[in-house]
Amino acid sequence: MDLQNQQRVKDATEQYGAENTVVVLGASDAEGAGIYAETVTAGDPTFAGPLAGVSLGLPVYHILDPLLKAEADPAAWEEQISMMEMVMDGDALAASVAEMREKHGKNVL
Amino acid sequence: MVTAAIKATAYCLNYASELGLHYGTTTYQERKAHPESPFLASLAGAVRPFDAICQYAPHLAYIGAIDTNALEALPRPHLDNPVAQAQRFGEFGEIMPEDEFLGLLDICDVFDLVWLEKGFAASVRPALESHPLLGPEQLKRLGQGREATAITEEVNQRHALPLYYHGAVVGCCRPGHDVDENLSAHVLLENLASKAGAVLALLHLIKNAGMKPDDIDFVVDCSEEAVGDINQRGGGNMAKAIAEIAGCGNASGFDLRAFCAAPVAAIITSASMVACGARKNVAVVSGGSIPKLYMNAREHVKKNVPPMENVLGCFALLLTPDDGTLPVIRLDALGKHTVAAGASPQAVTTALVWEPLQAAGLKFADVDKYAPELHDPEVTVPAGAGNVPEANFKMIAALAVMKGQGEKAAIPDFVRQHGVPGFAPTQGHIPSGVPFLGHAAKAISNGTMQRAMIIGKGSLFLGRLTNLADGASFMVEAPKPAQGSVSRQDVEAVILEVLGDLASRLKG
Repeated sequence: MDLQNQQRVKDATEQYGAENTVVVLGASDAEGAGIYAETVTAGDPTFAGPLAGVSLGLPVYHILDPLLKAEADPAAWEEQISMMEMVMDGDALAASVAEMREKHGKNVL
Repeated sequence: MVTAAIKATAYCLNYASELGLHYGTTTYQERKAHPESPFLASLAGAVRPFDAICQYAPHLAYIGAIDTNALEALPRPHLDNPVAQAQRFGEFGEIMPEDEFLGLLDICDVFDLVWLEKGFAASVRPALESHPLLGPEQLKRLGQGREATAITEEVNQRHALPLYYHGAVVGCCRPGHDVDENLSAHVLLENLASKAGAVLALLHLIKNAGMKPDDIDFVVDCSEEAVGDINQRGGGNMAKAIAEIAGCGNASGFDLRAFCAAPVAAIITSASMVACGARKNVAVVSGGSIPKLYMNAREHVKKNVPPMENVLGCFALLLTPDDGTLPVIRLDALGKHTVAAGASPQAVTTALVWEPLQAAGLKFADVDKYAPELHDPEVTVPAGAGNVPEANFKMIAALAVMKGQGEKAAIPDFVRQHGVPGFAPTQGHIPSGVPFLGHAAKAISNGTMQRAMIIGKGSLFLGRLTNLADGASFMVEAPKPAQGSVSRQDVEAVILEVLGDLASRLKG
């Protein structure tokens, strides 16, 4: 996760509280999604950004997680997500993010 | 249909490993923060030598030593399966070794910014003199070099950046101003490297087109660098500076920037100038980007993958009026990402692929090959960015399914049939479709391809002025045979036919 996005997540968490912040990922690569999830739960694994050594423990989900799809407006989903749903391996992405969330997360939905 | 022809293409790589080790963004920042960084030590030990670069199949596809079908047929990973015979030159261009490239930097420097050490300058001169495309016009600009002590003094006392070869300081790039950071040695080194790469590509282009430098009317540069000073950052004109060194005395030029979509935008702009008759022979050129060198090397080193971001990518294309024989760029069905289009992949793919197909009355399958971001997956996958071209082909296939032009189960077939293996260096602007244009133009000329779509995308948020997505696309296809002129006999035959018809009616 680039340094600017780490800072945004950190700022939002400080402003609204970890209990009121959810991170939704759209990454297309399961490994990358796992690293993003690790960054916003355990901290930046590269120790290069603002979340280095900062364990926010945020609830983090991939957009293709069935839990989030169930919450989405079907029309917006069709217009914005349905094409990528065909392309991406939703199960692998959701599982990769879930692994980090369950390991390091302090809050869940 | 409004069209412009692609007369020739050129693609070059500049091996720039030591520039990358010191001045790539990742390495430069790491060295400043942690001079004794274990990562930098590991990276230096993992560098691939020049010969290995010339055996790497994706690079050979880039310079046209092999075509993309041959690349696809080769065993993967290419990193573990080097091509038996190292090749420096290909049909489209070459891979220039780093010592020659440093010499070319000196040739391209008109402000005494680059100082080469005497011994190094003498050692590189014979190689440049025997280069098939560098003539007296360029070689007269190669200096005799300076004493090593003078270079050390510039580095230690006047903020010059050392230039390395085989780990030793062999020269330096001096700042262009005492206090203006836009003219710092670092910025000028990036600009000079981009200029030098583009000059090399332009020289190959002129040779590939069978033309003379004076035949070039106009040059459009679409590289990544901002040329200017404190009063006008990014003022330009890189294009004209490139044309000067290449000996294009009749050319003028300008620069076009749009992040990674710039090459496609520059081609559309240039093709439009040609099609309307404003310019005749327009060269679209770009040199490479030093900041991108070893950009993802941290991940490569961590995973023990050879760090391959060691080349600057360059290209040049010559656009001329459609003569009915050369592959053409269609200007009646361009992909345009509007402000209101939206940034989701679905919205971007719709704007750049579906809408131009609609405008041209074509179906997804009517395009033989799609060329979106063609990043080499053997660089991006270990870096956690996935297989970028494959993801793009899947998106296009999925959109075709949504538009009722395919089955979901057939997406892998569509990707195989209409995709292109990623072979471009991760140089930002370079991967965006344009590396395939040389192969596409050749296949269209050979009659083995009817049509390809070139797609460029840009990340505008990087400039911190907007969060909008960006992109542009165009189709290149086989020319329509020129329509013959109407002869006097044809006109007489029609008149006689009409008169005969009239006479028979009057009789009736």
